[in-house]
Amino acid sequence: MADTKILDKPQIQENKPLFGKRERRLITDPINDNNPITVQVLGICSALAITTQVSPAVVMTLAVIFVMGFANLFTSLLRHSIPKQVRMIVMLIIIAFLVTVVELSLKAINYPIYQELSVFIGLIITNCIIMGRLEAFAMADKPWPSFLDGVGNAMGYGAILIIVAFFRELFGSGSLMGWELFGPGEQFMLNTDAHWWLSWYMPNNLMVLSASALFVIGILIWVHRAWNRKLIDVS
Amino acid sequence: MHSTSYVVKFILIVSTVVALVLASMATLLKPIHDRNEAIANKRSILFAVNDFLETPVRQMSDDEVLEIFESQIEQIVVDVNGNVLSKEEVQERGYPGGMAEHVNLGRERRKPESERIFPVFKFQTSDQVLTVVSVRGNGLWDEIWANVALMPDLNTIAGVAFGHRAETPGLGAEINDNPRFAKQFQGTRLFDEEGNFKSVTVVKGRATDEYHEVDGVTGATVTNDGVTEMFDRGLRYYFDFFETVKVQ
Repeated sequence: MADTKILDKPQIQENKPLFGKRERRLITDPINDNNPITVQVLGICSALAITTQVSPAVVMTLAVIFVMGFANLFTSLLRHSIPKQVRMIVMLIIIAFLVTVVELSLKAINYPIYQELSVFIGLIITNCIIMGRLEAFAMADKPWPSFLDGVGNAMGYGAILIIVAFFRELFGSGSLMGWELFGPGEQFMLNTDAHWWLSWYMPNNLMVLSASALFVIGILIWVHRAWNRKLIDVS
Repeated sequence: MHSTSYVVKFILIVSTVVALVLASMATLLKPIHDRNEAIANKRSILFAVNDFLETPVRQMSDDEVLEIFESQIEQIVVDVNGNVLSKEEVQERGYPGGMAEHVNLGRERRKPESERIFPVFKFQTSDQVLTVVSVRGNGLWDEIWANVALMPDLNTIAGVAFGHRAETPGLGAEINDNPRFAKQFQGTRLFDEEGNFKSVTVVKGRATDEYHEVDGVTGATVTNDGVTEMFDRGLRYYFDFFETVKVQ
């Protein structure tokens, strides 16, 4: 009896580092080489809608990081018990649950931002990146790597969101994070009307419209590919 | 493949757990949500008298907003005929709070005109009393509204704060986002020299009549026309109330 017991003992697992090489790649990969927006071209819809100003884009990024990290974590924890026939519905329940948690908390913590973002917070549910990561990663991997993968992808998504919002707010409204920087009018720090050599300047109204987000994302994809040689062979 | 009974059980358990967590969270946070909503509503009323406040509304803390509402604002609810309603009468109309700040003009708009009630806020500055009234109309996509502050003559506009539900950012939403639009209304008048109601019209191009016209937002014709219509119709509901005030 004693012998068999020793034989049955599972092999002692090597202690895996919490932030080993693989774990680090899970975070950095989606930010650069495998960016959900500029490489996979997913999540474009929300990138158009909430990038007119930087501060809502930042809040949206934080919300997506939370939802995506924990959706991946919960799905991974349940991956063996989720029936394959209804896995999409279960994922949807998990995502909708987390989004509602975000919505309820934001409404309590910062009401003005909640008012500004209310519709779009709800629309995180339809963000294709989240569903994609749940299907492609969390259903097949352990909880901790899944969580990191979710956070990494959300950060890759958020990075593009904030870059696009930076250009759209700067050239569309002449401001950043609500600080009025330059434009025609006394409320701006640099009043372009006051200098004869700048009086031609007008904020570009097109930048405020959704269409301009596509232009900015298009240029970003171009710049990204020109800079990261690895991406050229992929497509 | 899992059996059907397993699938049903799994979904039932997941849904129940999620529903319980969300329901308890919503119940626990309800008082905070209500408080935030009430303060946001108070801020939108104070925006109309922003220029008469010591600190701008945006820089005010929640407590300061409550304090000003407590000490400097008198709330009145009136009907179309200018009669002042008591708190109980307001509560009977479906507003348990019973104050002017609780009256929802969006809901009132669905009632027949003769049954509607309207909020009035009297704001006491150091030397005069401003009257803030609310109007509501339609923009391009959904409702738009405004709180209009009037000077003691009940003719000259002291300030306007706009709000909207779903106007296009950069176009119709500029009525709220661009402070210069609301600023134009300051000093405009509701009545002409003979005392006839002329309202304030949002025009294309340059406004020529300094008392009754303002520049519209470029590219937002429907929202502009909505503002014109909202002022023209919404302010009329208060005429009988204005008369009773003037008689006093």
